[in-house]
Amino acid sequence: MSGNVRSLLDGIPVAVKDNYCTRNIETTCSSRMLESFKPPYNATVVQKLQDAGAVLLGKCNMDEFAMGSGTVDSIHGPTKNIWQSGEKYTLLRNVGERATSVEQVQGCNSTHGSKMVYQELHHLSSHSNKEGSSSPSEEGDWFIAGGSSGGSAVAVASGAVFAALGSDTGGSTRNPAAYCGVVGLKPSYGLLSRHGLIPLVNSMDVPGILTRTVDDAATLLNILAGHDLLDSTTVQDSFIPLDLSQDIDISRIRIGIPKEYNCPGMSDEVMETWSGVADILERAGAEVVQVSMPHTPSSIACYSVLNQCEVASNMARYDGIEFGLRTAENRSTEELYASTRSQGFNETVRGRILAGNYFLLQRNYPHYFLQALKVRRLIAQDFTHAWSSGIDVLLTPTTLTDAPRYSQFISRDNREQCASQDYCTQPANMAGCPAVTLPIKLSKQGLPLSLQLMGQSYREDVLLAVAKWIETAVDFPRLQLET
Amino acid sequence: MHRLWKHNIFLEKFWFLQQNARSLNSKIPPTPIVKPIEENKLPPRTKIDQKTIDLLERLSLVDFANKKGIERLEDAIRFADQIRVIDTTGVEPMISVLEDRTLYLHDDIVTDGNCRKEVMSNAALTEESYFVAPQGNIPLIPRDSLLTEDENLDQK
Repeated sequence: MSGNVRSLLDGIPVAVKDNYCTRNIETTCSSRMLESFKPPYNATVVQKLQDAGAVLLGKCNMDEFAMGSGTVDSIHGPTKNIWQSGEKYTLLRNVGERATSVEQVQGCNSTHGSKMVYQELHHLSSHSNKEGSSSPSEEGDWFIAGGSSGGSAVAVASGAVFAALGSDTGGSTRNPAAYCGVVGLKPSYGLLSRHGLIPLVNSMDVPGILTRTVDDAATLLNILAGHDLLDSTTVQDSFIPLDLSQDIDISRIRIGIPKEYNCPGMSDEVMETWSGVADILERAGAEVVQVSMPHTPSSIACYSVLNQCEVASNMARYDGIEFGLRTAENRSTEELYASTRSQGFNETVRGRILAGNYFLLQRNYPHYFLQALKVRRLIAQDFTHAWSSGIDVLLTPTTLTDAPRYSQFISRDNREQCASQDYCTQPANMAGCPAVTLPIKLSKQGLPLSLQLMGQSYREDVLLAVAKWIETAVDFPRLQLET
Repeated sequence: MHRLWKHNIFLEKFWFLQQNARSLNSKIPPTPIVKPIEENKLPPRTKIDQKTIDLLERLSLVDFANKKGIERLEDAIRFADQIRVIDTTGVEPMISVLEDRTLYLHDDIVTDGNCRKEVMSNAALTEESYFVAPQGNIPLIPRDSLLTEDENLDQK
């Protein structure tokens, strides 16, 4: 309270996903297992936000233990996408210093001083809360926010917070960012500390950053990146803060289009969006080439094996003794553990633990787990080959379609959904390289369509510079809620 | 030069918003390259037997809950079978993407601790400064087989 401004984030409202430990604030991971868990410490990235003066507005809804791609499997209820939710909003086009376009939608100038709409945040994240809803659509007819960081994405998209933290293991930050029309950054593995981020897959998890603009994402990254003594998987290289103030010369950039990223189920609109941005880049002088990343089709199956195996290990800590849910079972430790875990975990979590332990059985270990580790190397090599052939960034879709309807999404179970939704996003987690999703335009249904850029590890400078260039070129409309 | 660039961006935006032609940029793959692997190329579909169910439940200390849980596992295994047909001869397993770096060590100095109250603050059951657990080394009580779940439901 000395009156000194701590940083660019001083006084700025932020929110963090509910799998980040926040001192004395409930951290539930949207699970019964941790329903009343109050960590006695802050996650490192949360502490960094606080030290920078950011104001924590709340914890964001998520799929239970970050397992899911819809934010529908949560003890707090599912999260609705704000787009086409029935809430009234205006669409603003950014009349910044770059564009000469006088195209103004509804005459509003956009600024960073977004209104804090607390009640909207609560309302939007709770399926069962009907107050203030002007939606003519029936229950179950809304669009999902994506997952597993759906709450974080909606918090940013609705303007309730300036930035939110998500986590990204297989696309959990980029998927909801794509559906909710915000920027979702997955930094390089090892760049941001995972201390205090309740782990899902230790070899792939990274904290994710969700913001409205690429500049904001860079601001957050500059505050959060850096070696942490408390996380031995953070790299020791000194982090050079990003400076995006200079325009990038796009004619010096080589963009790769991996042909394997057109997968069955991809909508025409997503394909057209992908093509449209490739056109814009080419016409501006960038070199756009098609590349091959031949192991992409098997990446998602490989990811599923590694994910389930690490989950089986990571979830072993929940036994009801030191923290978390504990049933009244008294007969034996085994019975206590079994009953606590069966009550505390939902079907998805239990399913992954069982599958993971299956793959780790002695008789299956070489055929599934070891094989998956080898395939992981092949996938990572696909990326290395792309970079060594002179590619600066890769341009791909983020998701297969615009946001699905809730009723349609829940018709397939969690495991099935993740098996197709994560197709474009999880390879970056397998290789550890940074990736960013940015909204490009609206679909026929009025929902955001987004694209993904992937870059070399620890080259977020190039990645975000290209992202910012595209962001300026496409001028995606910003949603402003009417209060 | 800058004005020309700004003008170009304006035209790009205009053109982009108007585009609804079906012709894609030549670098974009027009059709999915990926073809689902045929069933006969994969190893036979795994059927989970009772012995495996018991073993997995004992190892995981969670239960399958119902027959759907077993089917879900069989689907997960089927999905994972795709990687079994990939040729990985001579490929080393990749444990971590940071494999080229050395794990660093700390100096052996105490920098933390003395926080018993915080450590125990979330335990549901404690006694003085101990965590409390029931007796160990007692095997789980076996229950009805889930494989015959449908039959049992019919009989009820």
